Formats: sequence, C-alpha cells, structure tokens
Amino acid sequence: MALNKEFVGRVFGPGEPYEVSRVKIAEFASAIGEPSELCRDKAAAQRAGYPDVIAPPTFAIVISMASTASMHAEPGLGLDYSMVVHGEESFSHSRPLHAGDVVVATTTVESIRAVGAMSMLVTSTDISTIDGEHVCTAKSTLVERGK
Amino acid sequence: MTVKYADVEQGSEIPLKSYRVTRADLVKYAGASGDFNPIHWNERFARSVGLPGVIAHGMFTMAEAGKFVTEWAGGPGAVLEFGVRFSAVVPVPDDTDPPLGGTTGGATIEVSGKVREKLADNKVAVDLVATCGGDKVLTRARAVVRLP
Repeated sequence: MALNKEFVGRVFGPGEPYEVSRVKIAEFASAIGEPSELCRDKAAAQRAGYPDVIAPPTFAIVISMASTASMHAEPGLGLDYSMVVHGEESFSHSRPLHAGDVVVATTTVESIRAVGAMSMLVTSTDISTIDGEHVCTAKSTLVERGK
Repeated sequence: MTVKYADVEQGSEIPLKSYRVTRADLVKYAGASGDFNPIHWNERFARSVGLPGVIAHGMFTMAEAGKFVTEWAGGPGAVLEFGVRFSAVVPVPDDTDPPLGGTTGGATIEVSGKVREKLADNKVAVDLVATCGGDKVLTRARAVVRLP
C-alpha cells in the first residue's frame, strides 16, 4: 500500500515529557555493551563535567521512536509496520542526554516517496528539554518493503 | 588511553574490533530500546515476512558502531554527529552460547574506522565500516567527535 503523501509536512507532538533516568541509561548501555563508567557512575560523570550520568549517542532513539510511533499508528498514513525496515538514521547532538533531563519530542514528516515497490518515509524528530534547550535531532528513514 | 586531537591526522586508522551478537543480545536490546518488532526475536514471524530468519535491530548494529567510536574517542559524550545507512540485514542465527553449552551460531559484527578530516574546535570527522559475514551492513557511516 502506498503511503499517504498528504502526511508530508505534518508535525506530531510534542508528546508527554520523557524523564531520562539513571536506570534506563545503565540498562541501555548494558544492552549495547557500552563499557563507559560515565553511563553508570554519577560521581565519574560529574568529574568529567556532566550533571549526572550520560547516555550513549544512540539512546536518543528511545525517545524519538516513541514520538514517531504515534505517527506510524495513524491509520491514514497506510504504513504496514510488519513490512518496515530501517533505512537510515542520524543523530545531531547539541549535548549528551543525561539523567534528570526532562525532554519532549516533536516529529516532522520530511518526505514520502516510492522507489519501485518500496516506500521511503523520512522524519525528523527534535528532542528538547521542557525549558526549550535543544538536545538532539534524530533523522530517520523507514523503508516499507513491497509485497 | 584516550586518543588526543593532536595525535590524529587525516587517514589515521582506528583498528578493527569484533562484536559478537546472539539472540539474547537482541532480546536485551528490545527491552532497553522499546523496539519489540518480532522480526528481532521470533524466527517464525521473521520468515513469514520474507526475512532469512531473526535479524538484528538496525539500531543495535548502529549502537555497536557507536560504541566503537565512543571507546576510541574517550566516552559517550564525545559524539556530536552520528549517521548511518543500513545496507544489509544482520541475520542472527540461533546459538548454543553459554548457558546453552557452546559457542556456535550467533553473528559477529566487525567495525573499523578512519579519520576523514580534522575540523576546527578539536572536532574530527570519522568514516566507519561495519561488516557481518563479509557483507557491508552499514554504509555512509560517519561520526563527528570532539577529542581532548
């Protein structure tokens, strides 16, 4: 099913604030095998100049994916998630996410295009603190494989 | 041990590292990331949608490449920009790793890198190569890091 191109330019969010926790950062670091004590030890993170433990750079996907998921679920978009593979991803950080951050995410649909039997959906998600400080922009390309 | 800005030049190589991946790792990553797509843990479902079997999350592979960069650059806070294109799936066959009594199956992701350019403000652009079983699984894999 072709994706609905009327979604291009639509903005989703900001959703509910997400509070970054030490436990979640440690769990994520463990899951990817990131060994840094800066992800686990508050004192070590503070010695390195951070307010609290910091997240690995791809941790931002936890927040951006929650933001894009609400858009993917829109019936009008026509996305069959079982046929989706990830095409591209990029993160641009103003600073690392750290425990104690309370952030909100806003997702913009940048483009939708068909390539043969496949559809490509490009979104950009801005993650900022509830005080308006930009932390990270995640850009994502999803590919819906043809049937 | 951390590399210093003054010590790197354009073309400096970052030595290859190998990361072993099993289905248990994918289950852990699913829980940590919140991505519970069954293609990453359910063989029957993965095959039913035309995949060779259970495959790694693209974001798991990206995270492994990210870990490679953060280990070289001195920590997770060093990475300013990081982007990849997912060019091939990473099949993760069933394994017999401990506690199942062996070390067969699973997959191995190999990552290496090279300094593409030295930038201002102690920033360095890095090109990464990630392969699995000889296939390039990431292309256009690039990071910008700030070194001490």
